[in-house]
Amino acid sequence: MGTNVILETVSAVLSKNALITAFAFVGVLVWISYFLSDKLTRGHLHGSAIAIAIGLVLAYVGGLVTGGSKGLADFSILAGVGVLGGAMFRDFAIVATAFGVHIDELKRAGVAGAASIIIGVVLSFFVGAIVAVAFGYSDPVIVSTIGAGAATYIVGPVTGTALGATSDIIALSVAAGLTKSVLVMIATPLVAKRIGLDNPYSAMIYGGLMGTTSGVAAGLAATDPRLVPYGAMTATFYTGVGCLLAPSLLFLIVRALL
Amino acid sequence: MVIYGVALLSFCMLAGVFTGDILGQLIGVRANVGGVGIAMLLLIFLSNLTGHRLKLGAPTKTGISFWSAMYIPIVVAMAAKQNVIAALSSGWMAIIAGGAAVIASFALIPVITRLGHGDKRDT
Repeated sequence: MGTNVILETVSAVLSKNALITAFAFVGVLVWISYFLSDKLTRGHLHGSAIAIAIGLVLAYVGGLVTGGSKGLADFSILAGVGVLGGAMFRDFAIVATAFGVHIDELKRAGVAGAASIIIGVVLSFFVGAIVAVAFGYSDPVIVSTIGAGAATYIVGPVTGTALGATSDIIALSVAAGLTKSVLVMIATPLVAKRIGLDNPYSAMIYGGLMGTTSGVAAGLAATDPRLVPYGAMTATFYTGVGCLLAPSLLFLIVRALL
Repeated sequence: MVIYGVALLSFCMLAGVFTGDILGQLIGVRANVGGVGIAMLLLIFLSNLTGHRLKLGAPTKTGISFWSAMYIPIVVAMAAKQNVIAALSSGWMAIIAGGAAVIASFALIPVITRLGHGDKRDT
């Protein structure tokens, strides 16, 4: 049996079992990322942030090599990455993250925690939208998608998909959300003292304002691990509130203003 | 049974997306409006409801928490299928949009914390 036959067989097996291939591929990617996070940054840069960054780099390479618009998923053996990273599984996993949030804990978070989520979504959305307008965009769908991306890299694609934005604009919104996530991870321990982030109460407000779950989880872990559940709890709601507000009320406001 | 958890999750998502579609048609934006957010609220409501009346079994919870734990890998896969080349042609905008949102949000934390504590002292 020649090398070609073996390579062809491997390629056929990977293509035929696309989703399984994607599980294995992403698993290896995440493993490498956590290894790099541990060895190169001593955990300062969260593994998930590195994994997402590598994913975006690979998507760039995929686009460069294949000339397609679906990043790595345009390689036939990695078509499953497109399924796993598609809207169906993404939304399914997002809904699942809401599990474990207790209504009792919600009430304890109080008005300030709940208000911080809405204020955080609206603030990030409009800061992102203003930047988009400053860069010359005037289409409400594009401006809203980028504003939503400045909320989180989930709210951006969900909003963009709902409003019918193109893939390149959705990628921009993901890039804005990724920038935010990485900055939150790095900057949180540096500014924690100055912003009074040293108790559960301010941690809940922090989670609500920042909203990026991985950014908040990693940022708080680097500041004071005891604060993680408090920040993560409000942050968990941020994406939901963002997915609720951005394609509806906030989009309508942008459309009325532009 | 693990499938009960997965099915509950699926029910919440389908119901949420359905409601979002109907909402979109009512508002007239020709799009799904907040379906994922509604599904999350529904899951929180139902899982708390069953917590009081009939407890979710451990395997049932596993069916939900597995997908919750798959959140990051799925986001990684999502990143790997994006049209990054097109995005990088105006890369600075994404970086500035994300960075400005972080700075604005950090600046508001002490303000809201103070306001919240003020409310507490009043009551």
